[in-house]
Amino acid sequence: MKRRDFLIRSAILGCSAAASPFMTPVALASAPWDARLVVIILRGAMDGLDMVRPYGDREYAALRGGLTGGSVGEADLDGFYALHPSLEPLRPLWKQGGLGFAHAVSTPYRDQRSHFDGQDLLEAGTVGLDGAARRDGWLNRLLQSVPGVTGETSFALGRDRMLLMRGDAPVSTWAPESDLNLSPQARLLLETVHHDDPLFAGAVSDAIHIAESLGLIDVPENVMDAQEMVMERAEASRKQAADGHTMLAEFAAARLKEEARIAAFSLNGWDTHKGQAKAIARSGTQLAEVIGLLHDRLGPDVWGKTVVLAMTEFGRTARVNGSAGTDHGTGSAMVMAGGALRGGQVWADWPGLGDSDLYARRDLMPTRDVRAHAAWTLRSLFGIDRTLLETSVFPGLDMGNDPNLIL
Amino acid sequence: MVFDPALAEIRFGTGLSPRVAAPQGIDDMLRRLAGSDQMAQSYPIPRFDGQGGADIREYRDLLKARNAVRDTEAEEPARKALTAQKRKLRQGEIDMIRAQLLRGVMTEDGLRERLVWFWSDHFATAPRSQLYQHSMAAYPEQAIRPHVAGRFADMLWAAATHPVMQVYLDQQRNFGPTSVAAEKRPKKKLGLNENLAREMLELHTLGVGGGYTQADVTGLAGLLTGLNINEDTDMVVRPNYAERGPFQILGRSWGGDPKTREADIREFIEDLARNPVTLRHLARKLAVHFVADQPDEGLVEHMAAAMIGADGDLSAGYRAMLEHPVSWDEAPANVKPPFDFMVSAMRALDVHPAMLERMNPRNIQALFLLPMSLMGQSWQRPNGPDGFPEADDRWISPQGLAERIQWSMTAPQTLTTRLPDPRAFVQVALGDRAPEAVQFAAKAAETEWEGVGLILSSPAFQRR
Repeated sequence: MKRRDFLIRSAILGCSAAASPFMTPVALASAPWDARLVVIILRGAMDGLDMVRPYGDREYAALRGGLTGGSVGEADLDGFYALHPSLEPLRPLWKQGGLGFAHAVSTPYRDQRSHFDGQDLLEAGTVGLDGAARRDGWLNRLLQSVPGVTGETSFALGRDRMLLMRGDAPVSTWAPESDLNLSPQARLLLETVHHDDPLFAGAVSDAIHIAESLGLIDVPENVMDAQEMVMERAEASRKQAADGHTMLAEFAAARLKEEARIAAFSLNGWDTHKGQAKAIARSGTQLAEVIGLLHDRLGPDVWGKTVVLAMTEFGRTARVNGSAGTDHGTGSAMVMAGGALRGGQVWADWPGLGDSDLYARRDLMPTRDVRAHAAWTLRSLFGIDRTLLETSVFPGLDMGNDPNLIL
Repeated sequence: MVFDPALAEIRFGTGLSPRVAAPQGIDDMLRRLAGSDQMAQSYPIPRFDGQGGADIREYRDLLKARNAVRDTEAEEPARKALTAQKRKLRQGEIDMIRAQLLRGVMTEDGLRERLVWFWSDHFATAPRSQLYQHSMAAYPEQAIRPHVAGRFADMLWAAATHPVMQVYLDQQRNFGPTSVAAEKRPKKKLGLNENLAREMLELHTLGVGGGYTQADVTGLAGLLTGLNINEDTDMVVRPNYAERGPFQILGRSWGGDPKTREADIREFIEDLARNPVTLRHLARKLAVHFVADQPDEGLVEHMAAAMIGADGDLSAGYRAMLEHPVSWDEAPANVKPPFDFMVSAMRALDVHPAMLERMNPRNIQALFLLPMSLMGQSWQRPNGPDGFPEADDRWISPQGLAERIQWSMTAPQTLTTRLPDPRAFVQVALGDRAPEAVQFAAKAAETEWEGVGLILSSPAFQRR
């Protein structure tokens, strides 16, 4: 069967015509905005006090000396905060204004300190988790509220489906190492057997769509050699296991240079209950590599229109625990990057680290809702209406004053 | 009473098989479950308190020996011995995966395998230490499998205090801040670590919203001090590290003298395991897993009442689930998780055990482990202690489904010497539940492998 015939027949079968790239090729070229947003969920609760070190606070050395080894000021950023050594490769970006931080921030989540609920709340963007909160994520609600969004606008990357992107607006999900090799006849029959099951019909149509648009589907002339194909993929996966985070960044950059405007993925490994110095350095290095790669691969033009927000579910205890780690806490920091960022600064209403300054006398006190920073980013970067942000994208949020995050 | 043998195999077992006869009724299913564990004998997996632990200790000793002779002439032979043991552990890991697959494919007691998978996920762990990373299957073999048809209290004790769980949830770093050991060595700054206590309440028993507070978590963390692992990777309780009680947990006072800590923890776990809030949480989880993502409230209450009435006996809950009519609703319901899907596909294909027994580690990796992880289930490595997701839409993402399709099209060819005729295979795989569209696709496919692949990747087979 010729490609053209296949396109027509898949239209006749009527499977998800609206989401099919074959039906709306022009839509690929149009997007609601030109700016780019990358949201990275740092899973496991990043210790903001370690990644962006408030060494100018007189309590810091006493609280954290055991973790930092003391010579924190050498990595000074602005006279008060210092950079974690693993982020040092990003210092040139900081100097250019392409890197910044918000400190002492958190979601409205308090006291329970569960990763799972904390992440759900961060991604849901709501005040609490009751009722329909887990139904969709704030990035998806943003997409629901603007016209012109297609399945190509946003990508949720990696093997895990993120609540952040879940919802009624079309979002593409993909793991960079996936592929799909099908003959045209098999594709047609696949759509037939999946037709009556909406969950499967939607997913199979999106899968074919994505694989096709990425050039992954090569239609085999002959019956494929399954054994050979299975082994080839196993080889490819070795690279993936070692460099998963860099593949995510490369893939995101490749899509954002084309029609995609939003990409989201996760970086794990921030739950540093013990031996934090070593564990957080590994995760910090991954984060630095991801930001560095996005900068390099997007190129000056697209990077100049890009903002990266790396956020975590909550912070960690101000004190070090009995195993050279920290336990689940409250306030943390957000890492921001991008050519569109007014970076080179740390946004914070610093609460202090004295015993009575701490939340519940144990955690960094949050002085601003991290959702406010995300909302102001959407306001400035995409021109989203403030009322919409405070009622629909982040229901119940008071955005407060404009922190002027974006150039 | 409603009962359907095919649905019993599909929904409550490991799938239809042309070789294994389906159970003939609920009593038959529960009799098989209460009987001897045939699959554990046919396809053994070393227990953590048996050869599994011995292999880990051997590796640890060789690691120590190598570290002791660093930069000397003795390093090379020590390194070789270590590498050989590492290879043995890796081979063992592959053998355990093979046995897990074979048990599901060959069993006449599918409910038991399903329960082992379910409870292993309820008490989810992932390797936190290189010592354990190749022996994860030894943990459920010891802590879960023997208890799936017994009392929840026994399983909770075995799983939550297990060395693998302790390492996973940092219990080996949980010390009484004013314990004898802490006072003796103040420089070590021994203190509480709440991780195990929190997950025991949030995930293993009461559930989120189960009415506990941060103070209960801290109290339980205090009670758990002293619970630890010795050098032989056995669970031990060391009064020297235990904080003196009493601890206020869930409105009652628990524990006191560190000397009786093991008995005190056991008493608390007995009580927690029989708490109606716990049993209601478990009833709902079972119903969500086996019957529907949004289970009928009547079913959940029926199961909970049965388990509460039976003082936490799990089999009473299973019987209640199986005798409730909504459990036998004919419409295909939950999406099979990737591992369950692969097992059911191999069962339908009647894959010969020798095919799996002969397969080398590279092939096991390529055929099962890599595809499973692309489908969203990194085997024995869930994202967190809450285990793998239940919601259908968490599995059927475009990429997850793409991989299920890819596997369905390719794996059967390498797992069978001769592919079945798709027209006959529809009946074998789906019984009388094959929708017309799937029967049509089986006939219309250009090749046998595509026909088989279309049947296996259809929603009718992917759901159960």
